[in-house]
Amino acid sequence: MNDRVIIRFEHVTKQYDDDPPVLDDVSFEMERGKFYTLLGPSGCGKTTILRLIAGFIEPTKGNIYFNGKLMNGVPANKRQVNTVFQDYALFPHLNVFENVAFGLRIKNLDKKTIETKVREALRFVNLEGYENREIHEMSGGQRQRVAIARAIVNEPEVLLLDEPLSALDLKLRTEMQYELRELQRRLGITFIFVTHDQEEALAMSDEIFVLNKGKIEQRGTPKDIYDEPINRFVADFIGESNIIPGKMLADFSVEFAGKQFECVDHGFEPNEPVDIVIRPEDLEITTREQGKLQVRVDSILFRGVHYELCCYDDNGNEWLVHSTKKAEVGEEIGLYFEPEAIHVMRRVETKENRGGER
Amino acid sequence: MSGTTKNYSRYLYAIPYASWMLLFVIAPIILIFYYSFFDIEGHLTLDNYKRFLTPVYLRMTISSFWYAFLITAFSLLIAYPTAYLLTKTKHKQLWLLLIILPTWVNLLLKVYAFLGIFGTYGLVNAFFETIGIGTKQLLFTDFSFVFVSVYIFIPFMILPIFNALEKLNPSLVDAAQDLGASSWTTFRRVIFPLTLDGVKAGCQAVFIPSLSLFMITRLIAGNRVITLGTAVEQHFLVTQDWGMGATIAVFLIIAMALIMIVTGNRKWGVKQ
Ligand SMILES: Nc1ncnc2c1ncn2[C@@H]1O[C@H](COP(=O)(O)OP(=O)(O)OP(=O)(O)O)[C@@H](O)[C@H]1O
Ligand SMILES: [Mg+2]
Repeated sequence: MNDRVIIRFEHVTKQYDDDPPVLDDVSFEMERGKFYTLLGPSGCGKTTILRLIAGFIEPTKGNIYFNGKLMNGVPANKRQVNTVFQDYALFPHLNVFENVAFGLRIKNLDKKTIETKVREALRFVNLEGYENREIHEMSGGQRQRVAIARAIVNEPEVLLLDEPLSALDLKLRTEMQYELRELQRRLGITFIFVTHDQEEALAMSDEIFVLNKGKIEQRGTPKDIYDEPINRFVADFIGESNIIPGKMLADFSVEFAGKQFECVDHGFEPNEPVDIVIRPEDLEITTREQGKLQVRVDSILFRGVHYELCCYDDNGNEWLVHSTKKAEVGEEIGLYFEPEAIHVMRRVETKENRGGER
Repeated sequence: MSGTTKNYSRYLYAIPYASWMLLFVIAPIILIFYYSFFDIEGHLTLDNYKRFLTPVYLRMTISSFWYAFLITAFSLLIAYPTAYLLTKTKHKQLWLLLIILPTWVNLLLKVYAFLGIFGTYGLVNAFFETIGIGTKQLLFTDFSFVFVSVYIFIPFMILPIFNALEKLNPSLVDAAQDLGASSWTTFRRVIFPLTLDGVKAGCQAVFIPSLSLFMITRLIAGNRVITLGTAVEQHFLVTQDWGMGATIAVFLIIAMALIMIVTGNRKWGVKQ
């Protein structure tokens, strides 16, 4: 086994009472020094994975390894990980300095070491000079930084972040995304970041785990996941998409919307039913004659950077188009796309059964 | 116009409460002060205060405070873990109801019940007999006095502590453990400081009434324990020395006010 692996889940199941399992036989490995994102809809088990790693809960079945050591039964206070909680969980009866010093005081470090380490951690998150502030005197973004400082001051090997940005407004959020990514690079430790915002996940991660109903649907780099979603769920969740039922006629040839198209996918059964994905930004507006597909514009929305057109083809399929060109409502237009823009997905929804690799 | 009518009607609503306060709180306090300056023959005097400062009454004061302290301390010792367990149980509200239920029973009834339980032929002694310890004198001891008082007061200690624990954000406990704190450290550094307001409220609710107990002292402790409460009762009902009774009451009122001020809530983080 590879010694870059820091966390390993082996057939981990978590179940409360007789409810269906919250995590269902999940196995994965995570490497040292990378930025991982757990992405998925509400209730899919993201927080549960973090709590299992942190040691707040124990798996019902399966094993969790940390640096190759079995972690089952090791209490949270004995684990080399720290957490930034969704609500920050800062201690309201302690000021900023004491919040950050909390973990160091437990380790019984001497006063001077604590002082230097706390100041250093606060400088890391750009909060010098705020040592004596009370928590309720800090803004949302500042609190979040205190929470990060409180965690990293203990020099954990893994930092767990549970939707730390969800309470912030858009501008601060974008700023913090950048800062967090920067922080991870500087510290060189593993970050496991939870979010249900796909744009955030795409922007920040080395690797994304897309979760659904207690299972990992797909893991991969942001580009992999965006460009080659493994199934309808991932394609839908990771961004706005056109997902159209089709049929794989032969290698490199697919039929949908009543027409036959050239594509780059292969390895399917002849005439296998499939779902095809085309991203809205991969569709170009042209004239009816030049387009590969003929559609009618149903509505148009100005989205700042581009127009969002909602069109229908003759078979009644809906096509979402992102374009800097404008078209009139009711206008008949053509859509052009490259063969590479077509992503073919098997109807079966598990990774093992996936074919059609390029 | 409508503004003044509104204000006017607001005062109207306050009348029942204000008159209640005036009749049953403020007037009695003034009367107590007034009576404390008269001796048994009805002469204006400061003798009552001089008498209070003699060893007899000072010893009584110390003993009152000592027993109130014991009762509060034992209540707290039992109530805190109980409240903590309560927040962890499944049917919290049911358990809470069961704990509050005894407070709906008349105090006198409960005290009489203990007379039966602790008596020479009571339940406890019957049990002692069967396991061969033999009959023990339980009634009219310090132990039975403190025991019964703790039993009576404990719901008033549990309730505010339970509320404070319920309000505590559970992720703070996770956070403490995440930062390496053992269960005990988590309790000492996070849970206890954050529920201190509940503890203070509970201590007030137990300490202040236990300062002036008199029924339990007489029935359960057989007047072996003489507190200021007993003394007030004796002066008003037995010796008819209202002046002296009122003087003791004045000291009790002052003591209670001081306790309220000292344990008053100095709150952090209210602005959150
Ligand atoms: N203590 C518990 N008892 C019973 N069910 C629980 C418990 N904790 C979590 N669950 C259930 O586990 C499932 C997954 O919860 P989890 O907190 O991991 O979701 P999540 O992916 O973090 O969602 P969100 O994005 O809303 O935070 C949910 O359906 C939740 O109801
Ligand atoms: Mg969550």
